[in-house]
Amino acid sequence: MRDALEPGWVVSDSLTMIGRSLRLSIRNLDALITAVVLPVMLMLLFVYVFGGAIDTGTEYVNYVVPGIVLLCTGFGSATTAVSVAADVEEGIVDRFRSMAISRSAVLTGHVVASVVRNAFSTLVVVLVAVAVGFRPDAGLLPWLGAVGVLLLWVLAITWVSVCFGLLAGSAEAANGMTFTVLFLPYVSSAFVPVETMPSWMRPVAEHQPITPVIETVRGFLLGTPTGTTAWLALAWTVGLLVIAFVAATVLFGRRTAG
Amino acid sequence: MEAHALHKSYGSTTVLDGLDLAIDRGTVFALLGSNGAGKTTTVRILSTLTSPDGGRATVAGHDVVRESRAVRAAISVTGQNAAVDELLTAEENLRMVGRLWRLGAAGAWRRADELIERFDLADVRSRRVRTFSGGMRRKVDLAMSLVGDPQVLFLDEPTTGLDPRSRQSVWSVISDLVADDVTVVLTTQYLEEAERLADRVAVMDGGRVIAEGTVDALKRQVGTEQVELVLASSADLDRAARALDVAANLTEGGHLSVASDGTAAHVRHLLNTLERHGVDVATIRLHRPSLDDVFLTLTGSSTGSSTVDRAEEVA
Repeated sequence: MRDALEPGWVVSDSLTMIGRSLRLSIRNLDALITAVVLPVMLMLLFVYVFGGAIDTGTEYVNYVVPGIVLLCTGFGSATTAVSVAADVEEGIVDRFRSMAISRSAVLTGHVVASVVRNAFSTLVVVLVAVAVGFRPDAGLLPWLGAVGVLLLWVLAITWVSVCFGLLAGSAEAANGMTFTVLFLPYVSSAFVPVETMPSWMRPVAEHQPITPVIETVRGFLLGTPTGTTAWLALAWTVGLLVIAFVAATVLFGRRTAG
Repeated sequence: MEAHALHKSYGSTTVLDGLDLAIDRGTVFALLGSNGAGKTTTVRILSTLTSPDGGRATVAGHDVVRESRAVRAAISVTGQNAAVDELLTAEENLRMVGRLWRLGAAGAWRRADELIERFDLADVRSRRVRTFSGGMRRKVDLAMSLVGDPQVLFLDEPTTGLDPRSRQSVWSVISDLVADDVTVVLTTQYLEEAERLADRVAVMDGGRVIAEGTVDALKRQVGTEQVELVLASSADLDRAARALDVAANLTEGGHLSVASDGTAAHVRHLLNTLERHGVDVATIRLHRPSLDDVFLTLTGSSTGSSTVDRAEEVA
């Protein structure tokens, strides 16, 4: 039904759209500040206010940083969902669709911009963390491992956010849906060890994607044993990524047709 | 451009019910109809954004379903919502579209400059579109649609929600397009807009075309010009009706309508006749059928458009 497009143009269209989404990210200052400042504030709150009362067996700041980084991705995903929903709602997607360009380029732009935004906010969080005493004990390879796991997680959560954006009828609704992603870190090992939770809650905390991802990052950065958690984290993220990617593709086709 | 027996339903609601259209190259064609008549759906099908459930359509010689990419390469669409990036500046928006039209970096800059000049946007070129008025935003939107030099331009209610001054400026932009041999398909609820811009008009109701032709032809279909005489008294009315032998045309409130070709000679003759018969004429009015009359006459008797209304809102 659709005549094929040369791969070179797919790349060119995607680059144009990535440029667009990055530029929009920089212009959308409120969202960018929220995505960086809020996690930093939360980190300081946890380190200086709650941290003293939480026993994790290590310096609390070392314990909490991976959790804060994951929390960051939640705030970042709100931005992605809202911008995807706004594109569909405001009709610019119709303009792109009525042009002889790569259909997927719009989403590629959003996803790449989201990964860049998350990398930026993570960097800021880690720098502030180092300033307040974060001292990971890891060599180059474990660092790369941690970065790799986080990137994969960001990519997965970004595609989930794209789905939210496509499912929601409006930007406001999309924002509301990302609440789930924002809430997950609190019911995980992000801020307190799972063992300290009531017994009925523990299974929830243990069997959701954030806990293994955080534990894996902790393992890499603090030298704690990762064991099977790394594989569990990998399975969760890759699984989420594949499902969300397929769902987003289907939703995009459906949302923008008919 | 041709459409034949187009059908489209959303759920159990039929939005297009056997739509036929033929539009000549280089003309301005207006789809006229109230909300829910199926105008937007027609534009969406012709611009490949929606596939029809039945029927077929060709745009610029290509089938909208099977050769959608070739159609897209020939068209531009300006939808009801201004499809611009509000956080980008006017020139950034134009350059982005230029890149997507494969003009290359330098080509996209050049084309953006041309359109900024043409649309008189030089003062605001580096301001974010978010700060623009509705009319200015619409101009940027239109300029973006012209970046790729389309053969066919679809304008879905281009002036809805604009103030009168912005409407005038959008109209003059559209009029200029015709000189460039662009085929323009516009939808509108405003009869004045169709009258002002369109070579031909199709009146849509209930998902089909109920009348089609030039503005003049449609007006003739409804009736000729009329001279409306306001008479001083009912006695004058009787006398006038007898003198002109138009008893059937009597209307209430001391008004009398007489068919006329609208020439001064005919009006003079009319008044002379009445004077000879001692009729006291207070004022006269010339009434030319407007597209409003055409529209109301044609759609007045039809029903069922309200159900279609809701379907289009959902869509």
